[in-house]
Amino acid sequence: MIGIDWYLALSAVLFIIGVIGVLIRRNAIVILMCVELMLNSVNISLIAFASHHGDITGQVLVFFVLAVAAAEAVIGLAIILAIFRNNLSIDITKVNLLRW
Amino acid sequence: MDYLYDLNTFIPATIAAAAGLVVLMQSVYKVKINTIFGVTVFSLVVALLFALRDLFGPVGTSFYDMVAYGGTAAFGTLLVITGTLFCVLISRDYLEAIDHHYGEVYAMILFATTGMVGLAVSNDLIMLFVGLETMSICLYVLAGLIKEEKTGAESALKYFLLGAFSTGFLLYGIALIYGATGSTNYADITALTDISPLFMAGSALLLVGFFFKISAVPFHMWTPDVYQGTPTTLTAYFATASKAATFVALILVMSRMMPEIEGVGWTQAISVIAIITMILGNLIALVQDNVKRMLAYSSIAHAGYLLVGLAAGTADGYTGVLYYLFAYTVMNIGAFGVIAFYERNQALDFTDVNNYAGLGYKQPVMAVLLSVFLFSLAGIPPFVGFLAKYYVFAAAVNAGHITLAVVGVLTTAASVYYYLRVMVFMYFREPHKEFDLVNPGAIFKYALIVLCVLTVYYGVEPVFPMGSLIELLTSYYTETGPAGMAGP
Repeated sequence: MIGIDWYLALSAVLFIIGVIGVLIRRNAIVILMCVELMLNSVNISLIAFASHHGDITGQVLVFFVLAVAAAEAVIGLAIILAIFRNNLSIDITKVNLLRW
Repeated sequence: MDYLYDLNTFIPATIAAAAGLVVLMQSVYKVKINTIFGVTVFSLVVALLFALRDLFGPVGTSFYDMVAYGGTAAFGTLLVITGTLFCVLISRDYLEAIDHHYGEVYAMILFATTGMVGLAVSNDLIMLFVGLETMSICLYVLAGLIKEEKTGAESALKYFLLGAFSTGFLLYGIALIYGATGSTNYADITALTDISPLFMAGSALLLVGFFFKISAVPFHMWTPDVYQGTPTTLTAYFATASKAATFVALILVMSRMMPEIEGVGWTQAISVIAIITMILGNLIALVQDNVKRMLAYSSIAHAGYLLVGLAAGTADGYTGVLYYLFAYTVMNIGAFGVIAFYERNQALDFTDVNNYAGLGYKQPVMAVLLSVFLFSLAGIPPFVGFLAKYYVFAAAVNAGHITLAVVGVLTTAASVYYYLRVMVFMYFREPHKEFDLVNPGAIFKYALIVLCVLTVYYGVEPVFPMGSLIELLTSYYTETGPAGMAGP
C-alpha cells in the first residue's frame, strides 16, 4: 500500500518542474507543455486527496481541469501560430516589442 | 422543479450563454453584423434587467450550493453585465474603424461574460475555477484579435502564458485546500478548518492566483503589455468587467471561506501587497507617454486601492470595495471609450499623449467627457471616483490600518499629475499639424454620455433607484440583510 504522501510528493515535484520550466525555457511550445505539466500534477494531488477523503468531489474537479487544459492548449497553439507567422520564430525572447 | 428554481437564480448568466451560442451561429451563417450587434445588446439589456431584479431579491445558494445568489453575488452580476453592455456599445464603431468587426467578437464577449458571472457568484472552488477559466480563455482570444500585427499577437501570447501559469497556482491552491478540508464548498471549508500548514499553503497559492488576475504588483507584469496591444474598447472590457468579477470572487472567498481565522496573517500580506501596488502603479504611470499604458498602470494602482478595502476586512471595507468597483467600471470604460474615439482618427497616433495637443477644441463634447472621466479616476470631487476612494480609505482607517490610508491618499495625490497631464495637452498646447476629427456615432456618443451622467450622479448623490446604494451594499454584510441571512 502506497501512502498518500508519495502521491503528494510526486505531484509537488512535477509542479515545481513545471514552474521552473515556464520560468527558464524560451520556446513557447515548451512553456505551454510545462503549463500542462503543472495542471496535470495538480490532477495527481486531487485524485490522491479524493481517494484519501473517500470523496468524489476531487475526481469531478479533475474532469473540469482536463477540459480546461484542452481548451487552453487549443487557444495557446493558435496564439503561438500567430506569433510564428509574424516573427518566423517562437522564441519568446524575440517577442519584445511591448515593454515598460 | 428544483432545477427551474435554480435556473431562475442564475438567469443573467444563462441569457449571456444562450445569446453567445445564437450570435456564434449567426456569424457562421453570415448574418449581417448589425443584426448580431443588436442581438448582443438586446440580450445584455434583458440580462441587466434580471440582474437588477436579483439585486433586491432573496439571498441564498442554488445548484447544490455551487453558486450564490442575491447580495454580493447579485451586485457582482450587475457590475459585470453593466460593464459588458457599455463595452459592447462603444465597440462597434471602433472595431469597424480598425477593420476587425467580426460577429465572433460578440460571441466571445458573451461567453466571457458567462464566465465572469459564474466567477462573481461562485460559492464553491470548482465554480470559481470553471468561471475564471471560461472568462480567461475567451479573453485570451480577444487579446489576440489584431493577430496580423506583431503587438496584437504579442499581447495575446503574454496574456496567455502568464494567465495559464497563474491558473496553475490557483488550481494547486484549490487542490491543497481540498486536501486539508475534504470539501470545495466555502461554507464547509469555514466550518471544518483547523489551521493546518496544508490549508495555509493552499490559501497562499489561491491568493497568488488571484493577485495575478487582478494585477497586484509583484504579479502585474502582463498588464501594460496586454492593455496596449489589445483593441482599446476590449481593453476597457479587460480592465473593468473581468477585474470586477475577480474582485467580487475575492471578496466572497475572503468573507465566506477565510473569515477572521485566528493566527492567519492574510491581512498583513494583503496590506503589504496593497502598499507596493499603489506606490509602484502610480509611480510608473507618471512616466508613461502612451495613454493606454498610462491607463494600464493606473488600473494597477486602482487594484491597490481596492486591496486597501479588502485588507480592512470589515463590512465597511467590503462595501467600499463593491462601491469602488462600480465607480471604477463606469469611469474607466468612459476613459477608454473616448480614447478609442480618438484612435479611430488615422491622422495621428492617438495613443501618444503628445498628439493630444489641441484636441480639446476639435470635438468639445468628447474632450469634456474625457476630462470628467479622468478627474473621476484621479479621485477629485464631485465625481464618483472621489466618493469611492473615500469609502475605501475610511473603512481602512476605521479598521485601524492608518498606514494604508495614508499611502493611499498620498499616491492618489501623485496620480493627479498623470491624469491632468492629458488635459493640459488637450487644452493648453497648440496642435503640431492641422487635422479634423471624425464625428462620433450616435450610439457611441450616448453610451459615453450615460456613463458620464452616472459618474457625476453617483458622485453627488449616491442613491440607487430604490434607496441608497451604499446602504444596500452594507446590508449584505450585516444581520439585517435583505433575507436576514447571517453573514455576507
